[in-house]
Amino acid sequence: MSGNAAFLGMPAFPRNAAAAVQDSQLRFNLRKATRTIRGRRASVVAELPDWAELRAAGRQIKDHTLRNLDRYLLQLEEAVTAAGGHVHWAADAAEANRIVTGLVRATGETSVVKVKSMATQEIGLNEALGRAGVTAYETDLAELIVQLGDDWPSHILVPAIHRNRSEIREIFRAKMAAWGRPAPGELTDDPRALAEAARLHLRERFLSTKVAISGANFMIAETGTLVVLESEGNGRMCLTLPETLISVVGIEKLLPTWRDLEVFLQLLPRSSTGERMNPYTSTWTGAAEGQEFHLVLLDNGRTRVLADEVGRQALRCIRCSACLNVCPVYERAGGHAYGSVYPGPIGAILTPQLRGMASELDASLPYASSLCGACFDVCPVAIDIPEVLVHLRGKARHPRAERLGMRAAGWVFDRPARLAGAQRLAGRLRRFVPGRLPGPLAAWTDTRDLPDIPAESFRDWWNRTNGGTR
Amino acid sequence: MRVALFVTCVNDTLFPGTGQAVVTLLRRLGCDVDFPTAQTCCGQMHLNTGYLAEGRRLARHFADVFAGYDAVVVPSGSCAAMVREQYPKLARAASGGHGGHGGHETGGGPVPSGAAGGYEPRAGEPAPPAGESAEAGPRVYELSEFLLDVLGAEDVGAYFPHRVTYHPTCHSLRGLRLGDRPLRLLERVRGLELVPLPESEECCGFGGTFAVKNPAVSAAMCADKVRNIMDTGAEVVCATDNSCLMHIGGTLRRQRTGVRTMHLAEILAATEDPAGTAAAGAARGVAEDAATTAGEDGAVTRDDGAVTGEDGR
Ligand code: SF4
Repeated sequence: MSGNAAFLGMPAFPRNAAAAVQDSQLRFNLRKATRTIRGRRASVVAELPDWAELRAAGRQIKDHTLRNLDRYLLQLEEAVTAAGGHVHWAADAAEANRIVTGLVRATGETSVVKVKSMATQEIGLNEALGRAGVTAYETDLAELIVQLGDDWPSHILVPAIHRNRSEIREIFRAKMAAWGRPAPGELTDDPRALAEAARLHLRERFLSTKVAISGANFMIAETGTLVVLESEGNGRMCLTLPETLISVVGIEKLLPTWRDLEVFLQLLPRSSTGERMNPYTSTWTGAAEGQEFHLVLLDNGRTRVLADEVGRQALRCIRCSACLNVCPVYERAGGHAYGSVYPGPIGAILTPQLRGMASELDASLPYASSLCGACFDVCPVAIDIPEVLVHLRGKARHPRAERLGMRAAGWVFDRPARLAGAQRLAGRLRRFVPGRLPGPLAAWTDTRDLPDIPAESFRDWWNRTNGGTR
Repeated sequence: MRVALFVTCVNDTLFPGTGQAVVTLLRRLGCDVDFPTAQTCCGQMHLNTGYLAEGRRLARHFADVFAGYDAVVVPSGSCAAMVREQYPKLARAASGGHGGHGGHETGGGPVPSGAAGGYEPRAGEPAPPAGESAEAGPRVYELSEFLLDVLGAEDVGAYFPHRVTYHPTCHSLRGLRLGDRPLRLLERVRGLELVPLPESEECCGFGGTFAVKNPAVSAAMCADKVRNIMDTGAEVVCATDNSCLMHIGGTLRRQRTGVRTMHLAEILAATEDPAGTAAAGAARGVAEDAATTAGEDGAVTRDDGAVTGEDGR
């Protein structure tokens, strides 16, 4: 399952997170996995003396591209077309799904292989294809686990981060046969055995499927080249073996020139898997010989994000997932709590911008952060995630009780005399404060004692003693 | 040197001992401390929760109150970060100057600067239009920055014979980039045994209104923080922010751990002189009892402070 439809009607983040916090197996898996990747990232980033410059360059290139997106997109279209590819423009998810479904139908095929792609998950492409009688097979190992488990991805880079290997073995044993080559009967939960089972299962699929669907990490306007970075090599097989290749890519994935790619080939692997270099980098320009190539350029809310002066920096994101791996909230809430294919800090700023904040869930996402700033520190393109979170909070609907409370607090803080009065009142009532507070404030006293309220505020002490001098 | 104390609304209301400790400490180091009584709150709670109108009003009020001073000392990493890091962004947003393409790189090293008015543009950013308090105000320092960077006082003459661990709060660590400043100060306190806190850079889970808007995650984060604190065997956990300490301390107390929380200022103000120690609030319980007694002795409540405090607008 993927796509926004799957998340419709989900409760707000705090409720999802509260349930996830109770799941000790999930928390153990997440803690272990995120901390391992986090440590690897930290050590390979520390190796580079010019990391700050690379990061600044990454940010600058992306900002420049976004400000000239119209021009670069047209340049890209021209280059791709000149290289024998076909370019399609999709304003939203429905249009993109319609285009891709039509292209697959035209081939007469009823199955497609997929390279891991967030954009196609964002638009719910697998479901749309399914409705058209086309089965989409995920070929990334983790995506395969998610697909077989009828599950949602919970991490950008490690979509099955919430599963451990015995769970994976069970999923393979129970589900693989229904999707193709079954898992061997004696399958153990040894990671190598699991990988081998997936390899055999997928190999058969690659060799028998004629249409592939991919995303891309980068698109180069100058040459019309698409770039995919991956670890397993399955993506490369998808990109090269089939007769028809359809790539669905968000319009913000653009880079002006080949030279710009150099910066990102350093930023992305180190930030994402904590490797100096990813094992496979595939690039293709237009259609290869004997292959048909279609590029579907996806907007789906991105131009709206671009119009927001503070929020637009989210479009710099290269989906490395470093922000997830350092986020203390993500570590405890897990990816599913964010109710979107984009979990963690980047999801908390991207989803409400792409989807709007009409639903309770989407309006709660900007608050799914303690603003600790760890995400901003690691982001390879310097997205000030806390700044965008606070900006979105300014636009979100606030609960009525909170609104009244905040307005009252603002009124008190507007005049020192009011603050002094409130402090004296609190000082006088201090012995009557209950150990457990009522209403929304019970959220504090459920796990924490209240501080003792002093009999005298600092300002009253200062005035009474003339600053402690009498 | 004449400095203004911005005590912060949390300290003013709930932790007066911290404010008193700052006064004691700065006087001991030869500073002339003033407390502009018109001050209230920097607006952090409103701004960070998405109440921009109230927050902007409070930011402007802050700028007005402290406009005449050379230096403002704040015993709170997050309030100092709000004034220094967030106010300029507010001003940019208000002036439409946020182009998202400026040259500032916030991932860098310590930059203890910034105007209290806060409405100063960063390098490469357009200046805010007149009327948005574009004139440079006083510099705002978190306490440990002021002690080390301005006064150059690593040894502040403190005595505190206890086992202490230090939690770097997020806004002092990643906002202000205080680095090891608080640790350097603590290391020079006589009698103090400083024990490192495991996973110290992890957020405690307070996050202002986050603590009540996402209570389950907040509590889970604090549970891990508390476990790490307990592992150190410390008697006292120290930080530069009483708001985070209120959350950590509330959890420590609920779990009856016996571990106390203390603001950095209170430890640095403590001396061998028992009178000074009590006044400085070396042990928060003691300080509060002292304040209570004093407050009840001087039963006549003075309202004149409040009157002069009225900003008359
Ligand atoms: S926001 Fe930054 S850190 Fe997070 S996934 Fe995107 S590029 Fe990576």
